[in-house]
Formats: sequence, C-alpha cells, structure tokens
Amino acid sequence: MPCVKPDGTLEPMAQAIVRALRTPRTTEGVCEHLRLPLYRVRSTMRELVEAGLVAETAGQYGLTPAGQARVAQMV
Amino acid sequence: MTDRVTALTCARKGGLPVETVTSASPAPSLPRLGMPAPPFQAETTHGTIRLEDFKGSWLVLFSHPADFTPVCTTEFIEFAKLHPEFTRRSVELLGLSIDSTYSHIAWVRSIETLFKVTVSFPVIADLNKDVATLYGMIMPGESKTETSRCVFVIDPNQIIRAMIYYPLTTGRNMDEILRVIDALQTTDKHGVATPANWRPGDEVIVPPPKTVEGAVERMQMPGITCTDWFFAKKALPK
Repeated sequence: MPCVKPDGTLEPMAQAIVRALRTPRTTEGVCEHLRLPLYRVRSTMRELVEAGLVAETAGQYGLTPAGQARVAQMV
Repeated sequence: MTDRVTALTCARKGGLPVETVTSASPAPSLPRLGMPAPPFQAETTHGTIRLEDFKGSWLVLFSHPADFTPVCTTEFIEFAKLHPEFTRRSVELLGLSIDSTYSHIAWVRSIETLFKVTVSFPVIADLNKDVATLYGMIMPGESKTETSRCVFVIDPNQIIRAMIYYPLTTGRNMDEILRVIDALQTTDKHGVATPANWRPGDEVIVPPPKTVEGAVERMQMPGITCTDWFFAKKALPK
C-alpha cells in the first residue's frame, strides 16, 4: 500500500489528505481544499479506506478512530 | 467487449491443455474508437492508480519506449511544459513504459536537474506489460520489449475518442495532441465536426442533412457558409 510506508507512517500525500479529513468532506471537497487533481485524491483515499484510517458515509469521507489517532501522532 | 464473440474452449487431452480456437475467436484485445477504455490498476510514480480514478476528466494515456532515452526525454520535456495547457482543457496526463517505478523516478528527477522542467504527471511502471498488452502498445515488428509511442485520448466517460501511434524513431507532435483534444471537445459541446487542419476559432463543419427536405432547407439556411447541400461551414459563437 504505497500511501503507508513500511514503517507505518504515511506518505506526504496521504498525510495531507488525512489532515484535510479532520473535517469530513467529499472527494471533490478534498480536491478543492488541497488543490489536487481528482485522480490523486481518489487513489489515495481508496488506500486510506483500505488501511482503516478513513471511512465513507453518504458520500462524505471522515477519519475513523484509527485515523484520528494517526492524526494526533502527526501533529 | 460487446463486438467480440469469444468461442474459446479448453479441454485436456493426454494430460496437456488443448485450446480450440474457433473461427469466431477474437483477435488479440485491442482498444477501439468509441468503445470503453479497458480498465486497469497499475503502479505509478504517484502510487497505485486505476483508470476509474480519472472518471470525469479527459485523460491522455501515452506510452514511451524506455526511460533515459533521448527521443523519449524530449517528449517528456514537452509534455511537462504543456501540462498547464492540458490542465486548462481538463485533461490529465498518464505516461507508461516497461520500466520500474525506481527508473521512472530517477529519470524524472534527471529531467528536472538537466532541463529544469518538472514532470508532475504520473508514469505507469508496467514491468509485467499488463497495461501495454491491454492497450496494444507493443508493436512486435518494431520491438518486443518496448512500447511504441502510443497516445490514447479518453473522455470523461472513459470512452476512447482518439488513438495516435508513432514509431520508436519519431517523437510526437504535442501540438497535434492538443489540437485533437480541442476538436473533440468542440464536437461534444456544439455537435459539429471539424475540417482538416482545424484550429480553435476556425469555422466548423455542419453535419450534412440526412433527408431530401433537409438538403433543400440547408441550401437556404442563414448564418452558414453553404457551398453545397452536403458541404456547409459555420463560425462558432465566441
């Protein structure tokens, strides 16, 4: 999973997206907020969901408890 | 693909697999204009990407023979320089070659150092030739180990709208790729066709009428340059 490094830390792109998701957003909302292309956000978000750090509810993406813990470590 | 009939039967004979290919068997899978682009997932310099990640954007998927080769380097420089022009047209770029991610990263960094140009689009590391095979990018008559210079223009609905192939020895004309995109987007927006050598701002072709009455009407239609019932052009609103 390229967005998670072998040591368990997140790649810079994944870090930026996880930080942005402290406020739940749509994929398009993340793109706007971070000024990133849609493909980049979609692909990274998919991996963050698979990693259990992000979850989707009714089109909005937000942090799971594990994601919140990861953000707390990053700050 | 709906236009192909697969009639492949496998049987075992004498312990060996036997493939019986009937006359209705398909040719090797190749993309076709107007058909959905074959889906894929691939490792790239921007992580794992799927074709579906580009839904809603235009996409130029292009292959090059190999990293650290001179013609490909000139092409990457030009693609990188024109990246803002592609972005302005809502087009994403996605490169591909049969090289590793590490090779791509090293090459892209070299281009940045040597030519002061940043390559900010992803490049597929297609070491297993999965995507190259899916899209027919390998031309065995030229090379069995390298992809040729193929360009696939894929629209926001992931339909293949244009395909351009160049041989190994000939670098692409980036301006032509942009021109094709302008023409396709104009066609989609205005329901018109574009003549030879068309450029944005030039007159466009009004589709010919399909009935005798339509032909009569066309000859009297105001606001178009009508040479004959089948050959009419008009200017688009600016």
